[in-house]
Amino acid sequence: MKIPYFPGCTLKTTATNFEIPAIEVANKLGIEMVELDRWNCCGVVSYLVSDDLMKHMAPVRNFLRVQEMNTTGVVENENRLVTLCSMCYNTLSLSNKRMQKNPDDLQKINDFMHREETKYDGSVEVVHLLPIIRELGWETVTKQVKKPLKDLKVAPYYGCMLLRPKDVGIDDAEDPKILQELIGALGAEAVEWDSGSRCCGSYHTVNNKDIVINLSKGIIEDARKNGADVIITSCPLCAFNLDNRQQDILEKDPEFETMPIVYFSQLMGVAFDIEKEKLGWESNYVAPDILIKLIT
Amino acid sequence: MAKMIKLDDKGVEFLEKIIELSGETITLCDQCGTCSGGCPFIIEMDVNPSQIMRQVMLGQKDIMNSKTMWICASCFTCTVRCPRDLDVSKVSEALRQVKLREAIDFIDIEQISKEEAKKLPSIAIVGAFRKFTG
Repeated sequence: MKIPYFPGCTLKTTATNFEIPAIEVANKLGIEMVELDRWNCCGVVSYLVSDDLMKHMAPVRNFLRVQEMNTTGVVENENRLVTLCSMCYNTLSLSNKRMQKNPDDLQKINDFMHREETKYDGSVEVVHLLPIIRELGWETVTKQVKKPLKDLKVAPYYGCMLLRPKDVGIDDAEDPKILQELIGALGAEAVEWDSGSRCCGSYHTVNNKDIVINLSKGIIEDARKNGADVIITSCPLCAFNLDNRQQDILEKDPEFETMPIVYFSQLMGVAFDIEKEKLGWESNYVAPDILIKLIT
Repeated sequence: MAKMIKLDDKGVEFLEKIIELSGETITLCDQCGTCSGGCPFIIEMDVNPSQIMRQVMLGQKDIMNSKTMWICASCFTCTVRCPRDLDVSKVSEALRQVKLREAIDFIDIEQISKEEAKKLPSIAIVGAFRKFTG
């Protein structure tokens, strides 16, 4: 299965430890993610007011690249655009829904992009890698497991952007299961906890990091209380706030016990026994010793 | 005798502006408090989200001085829970936009130390500047 793929800015810079293992494990599952030619930043956050059409142009321009990949035969009849980053997924999806529901908005955007050779026809479907894996069936995942993650307790952290708002959520907004199912398919145990879809503070990490420190500390302590060895995520911003901000938490509270935060793709990579150079542990702030031990 | 709250012209103008920008029929809000009850940022706010809804409904423009709209990070927790199907995240965005369109930014690049700027991922910086500048 060949699917057009939108990486986004952060996966090419600070979150290569998300992308590299994701591409590798997807390949093992028979999913070839073909990076879009000339993709551009989605804008990270979606604009939510009614008269901000211009701000939707960046996401929409990427959809032209998907159409072009179909017309040039790079992919065959594949209108899906797969993402890994939760924020890219959310922002691209919300813009796409708006275009699909409002032909007048779509017309205006197309008029503005008149130098493009194609016009966006509203046919693209933005998807996240996780539901694509779910469609294959969890038994397909289990078949690839070389090192079952026996006795490992994993806290599934969804954050906001995979689940909300409802019309773009990849699972039930209040009772998601997809990460727990993935964890189970890898042979590990999913921890039951209350903070799986609680906001980490998002972009406040730039100019009001105390908000993030408080929220992240609460999330990590909840995972710890429920017996987790590690937290998994699908968002490079959540990863920064939960992982790197532990340095700031420690400065305020030296008694704080750190917790490794890894991408779901890294967890899959360990279970699938991919080359350890591809797991990118050096980019994780808190070293996931419990996982590193499994691969050595 | 029934009493009626009458909004002055400026109040009506403010309410209509927020309704137009957010696309939400704010006057449908029942004041049940679900948005405030579930908001993960509530302890950081000076005015809670349901109060914001009420004050906008009453055309009270001084709500623009509250820090609540800047604390809201569009996590959409209230959005998925509102029994009236109102999107409070959109109301916060509309309030931020009113301010930002007066060319008053909420963030200044000088605020970020060089050390922090090196550490921060692009997703954080782009996100913050898209939400906090006009």
